[in-house]
Amino acid sequence: MSSLLQSLGYNDWILPALLVIPLLGAAAIMAHGLAVRGTQDDPRRSDGPRRIAFWTLLLEFVVSLGLWWSYDPSRTGFQAVIDWPWIPLWGVNFSLGVDGIAVMMILLTTFLMPLSVLGGWTGVRTRVHWYHALMLILTTGMLGVFMARDLFLFYVMWELMLVPMYFIIGIWGGERRIYASLKFFIYTMAGSLLMLVAIIYIGVNAADPLTGVPNFSYETALAWHGILPDKAVMWLFLAFFAAFAVKVPMFPFHTWLPDAHTEAPTAGSVILAGIMLKMGTFGFIRFALPLFPEAAMHPTVRAVILTLAVIGIIYGALVAMVQPDFKRLVAYSSVSHLGFVMLGVFALTVESMQGAVMVMINHGISTGALFFLVGMIYERKHSRMIEAFGGIARVVPMFAALLTLVALSSIAVPGTNGFIGEFLVLAGSFRTAPVLTLVATTGVIFAAAYLLWAIQRILFNPLDKPENLHLTDLNRRELAIMAPLVAAIIWLGVYPAPVLRRMESSARAVVELVNERGVAVQPSGVGMR
Amino acid sequence: MLLDLTNPAHLLIAMGPDVLLMAGAMGLLLYSAWAPESAARQRSVGIGSMVLTVLTMVAVVWYMLRGDTVSVGPVATDTFRWVADIVILLATLGAIALSIDYNEREGIDAGESHVLVLFATSGMMTLAAARDLMIVFLGIEIMSVTVYVLAGMNRRSPRSAEAALKYFLLGAFATCFLLYGIALLYGATASTNLQVIASRLTEGGAGNPLLVIGVAMLLVGFAFKVAVVPFHMWAPDVYEGAPTPITAYMAAAVKAAGFVAFARIWKEALPDVVTTWHLALWWLAVITMVGGNLIALAQRNVKRLLAYSSIAHGGYLLVALVSGGAFASSALVFYLFAYTLATVGAFAIVGALAGRSDRYLEIDDFSGLWTERPWVATAMAVFMLALLGFPIFGGVGFFAKWYMIQAALQSPSPQPRLAIALVVTSVISAGYYLYVVMVMFMRPRSAERPAMATIMPATRWVIGVAAVLILAIGLYPAPVTRLARAAVQQPPVMPPSDTLLAGRGGSPILAAPAVAVPGPAAP
Repeated sequence: MSSLLQSLGYNDWILPALLVIPLLGAAAIMAHGLAVRGTQDDPRRSDGPRRIAFWTLLLEFVVSLGLWWSYDPSRTGFQAVIDWPWIPLWGVNFSLGVDGIAVMMILLTTFLMPLSVLGGWTGVRTRVHWYHALMLILTTGMLGVFMARDLFLFYVMWELMLVPMYFIIGIWGGERRIYASLKFFIYTMAGSLLMLVAIIYIGVNAADPLTGVPNFSYETALAWHGILPDKAVMWLFLAFFAAFAVKVPMFPFHTWLPDAHTEAPTAGSVILAGIMLKMGTFGFIRFALPLFPEAAMHPTVRAVILTLAVIGIIYGALVAMVQPDFKRLVAYSSVSHLGFVMLGVFALTVESMQGAVMVMINHGISTGALFFLVGMIYERKHSRMIEAFGGIARVVPMFAALLTLVALSSIAVPGTNGFIGEFLVLAGSFRTAPVLTLVATTGVIFAAAYLLWAIQRILFNPLDKPENLHLTDLNRRELAIMAPLVAAIIWLGVYPAPVLRRMESSARAVVELVNERGVAVQPSGVGMR
Repeated sequence: MLLDLTNPAHLLIAMGPDVLLMAGAMGLLLYSAWAPESAARQRSVGIGSMVLTVLTMVAVVWYMLRGDTVSVGPVATDTFRWVADIVILLATLGAIALSIDYNEREGIDAGESHVLVLFATSGMMTLAAARDLMIVFLGIEIMSVTVYVLAGMNRRSPRSAEAALKYFLLGAFATCFLLYGIALLYGATASTNLQVIASRLTEGGAGNPLLVIGVAMLLVGFAFKVAVVPFHMWAPDVYEGAPTPITAYMAAAVKAAGFVAFARIWKEALPDVVTTWHLALWWLAVITMVGGNLIALAQRNVKRLLAYSSIAHGGYLLVALVSGGAFASSALVFYLFAYTLATVGAFAIVGALAGRSDRYLEIDDFSGLWTERPWVATAMAVFMLALLGFPIFGGVGFFAKWYMIQAALQSPSPQPRLAIALVVTSVISAGYYLYVVMVMFMRPRSAERPAMATIMPATRWVIGVAAVLILAIGLYPAPVTRLARAAVQQPPVMPPSDTLLAGRGGSPILAAPAVAVPGPAAP
């Protein structure tokens, strides 16, 4: 397979192609919209944009699959590299590249996107053209974040995602959508603008001394380590931290998340939880840690971040337990899961880092699947309240079976994908932060508590509401959404080795780099050990 | 070529585009007076004015390619001037196009309104060129007096008259400050020429009380003209009352011209006192950014909202002046360019949707605009995001903000705190720019609101061109950045010797101070 891809020159064009395909799809949708002007919201016409979006994203997925084989895990550093000049006078290049972690994130994105379009097939009935065009633009933005090798480009892509999501929540969302979308936008933007200043600071300081042209290349920024005074490093780290911590979101920056996730339409929630939250943790792994190891390894900073991560795990789980709204429950469970990721990232061992990336992938699949299921039952009942259901397992057996399976994977039962990730995180983190890891372990138990309790109340209690007797079970489209997700849950639970092997060298490289540089500057800096 | 400004013929060449514009404007004035006023005459004068503006722009580009250098004298011919001229002419083009439609809608048949815009523009171009405080004053007066009249152009509207009177009184007040500042500066240095003042200050006398008071007066005068907090009080009232095309013109072009002249005086005449004034200017920038944005949050009238937004942008522009350095001038003109596109576009939409005698101007009047006019709403969203400085969707607006932060961080004395103030206030501004977007896209159109006016063709063109330019340059800004990078003030060539000047009878400006002006010779 890899030789076939090589003969196609796959690595030379794949990354820009992945960015361009969705944009072409978006253009096609808008052209279709102009062609059927005046009758856009006619139900017979609005299947056009759905089909275009779905097939475009399926093509995107098929094309991106090649990365699975073309990426060579034995080599470290970036692969499939592209370097095009963009704004030469400002030292900005259109530089793309992937490492093992980014490949997994890209595949996760291209895997979830076509499913999201299917998931919104009947839920979105107004302004269908604009909705799908925004979905496609959003895809480009998200993929760009994972590919960017230039800090400027990274920032542009980072912000590019924000506007489509703002509109998707604000126009097609639930009752409190306007409040939720504005909060989402302002929180995220406040964090990322500070990062903007930090990025420019880095670029300006790495400027060519002769011409004064700044340099925003990621590799230059890495190589330039150690030149800045410690104080500046700490401020720069904090600026990046602000952007990423809001996006993750870490406790106490998480308050936008429950609103945004709950009010977004189904596909929006899936994308927010499944992919966009991972941007934050990915940012930590790619930028905040390697660029500022002294700050990240500073004992106080690390202790604070690890503690916040563990608070997030416990707090998210406890708050999820008392939610009457099932969608909000799933939203809070994200806070808890992302706490595990942050724990794994900042514990800084190879296992915990790999585990963190595994949790990122698994959370995308499991929580994505949960949001799909919530959306499906909402379309039938027009309620997300847990108490509106009860005993519906007898009425909708297929839905019940799938919800149970997905919930188990979200709880991280062995044999499902969730187990691998959380086990690796906990096993790896125990070496550097034993006490906090012990506390974090209870989060797994809480997860079992809130999800099983919710499932009991929805599926297995007595069937006491007569209106629930006539719910229809999942149709073929909905089964087609769930089938790949279930397959992924079981495959990653049983045989995760191929995934782990592909990202091992990248995770190891990050961990070693940070440990080496962080310790070199601060001999006593590994306070957690 | 090297232009010796003591030679009147060379001086005429140096002022070429300005002379073209003035002479053309006079011609158009005669043409419009030739026949009785009528809607058709108004339109043809407007189109003629636009053609003249484009011709002037061509002349400016030609001059930029010629790359003349000048001796010490009353005007400059550097790229900074030409790029500033292009920005001003772009705003003029937009304002005249909007005025044609506005006059037609309001039944104003006076073609002279377009000619007045051209006169104001020639004043602004004079300001961009000025290298002598007297020329600066001349430019400011040509500009201001015509804009006072323009603000009151709609004689039937009491709000318009109120705006004009208010603008006139406060503007005259500011001009007094400016003139008194110039006089005191002359008293301290015995010259009005920027280079001569600079060389006098290098020799000493920077602590002269006359000079200190003079610079303070100058600062206050300019702060009034460009509406910097706390000298901004007139702007919201005037912007609200003036005809919308004229508001666009004031917000974009008047501000641009004021900043360009201010930047040149600050950099060329006062480099030695700048350090003394650094802190004052720093605080002016911060107060303007914070004040403009916070007050804008409370506005419910679109024109007032945009007025406060333009005040806040004045604060961002001050960042360039505070940081100084090689990139400051480039960042200034680049920012002005982006800001002009977005502002003219936004006011075009506001004016077009306001309907007859500007009735519907609350932000909530825009609710559901997207369902009625999807493309107009999209264009307005682009302008709002450009003013917010958002990448891709706000196009060039993001690069402008980026350039400004870069200028602040890359200056000889980096200003990280100012950069942080800039981005934090940008987050505040998201609160009102996004409110407009939210109202247009996410609120339903209520049934009792009347149908929206159709947008007239010239306005439609202005909106379309502005939005497309913002987005296109936002994707590929490299050519514009090259132009902006070239746009720095270039010091004049030193006079070869005093005898040469004496042989020509001497210029009144140069002959009085017989000092050699230090300064690197331009290549």
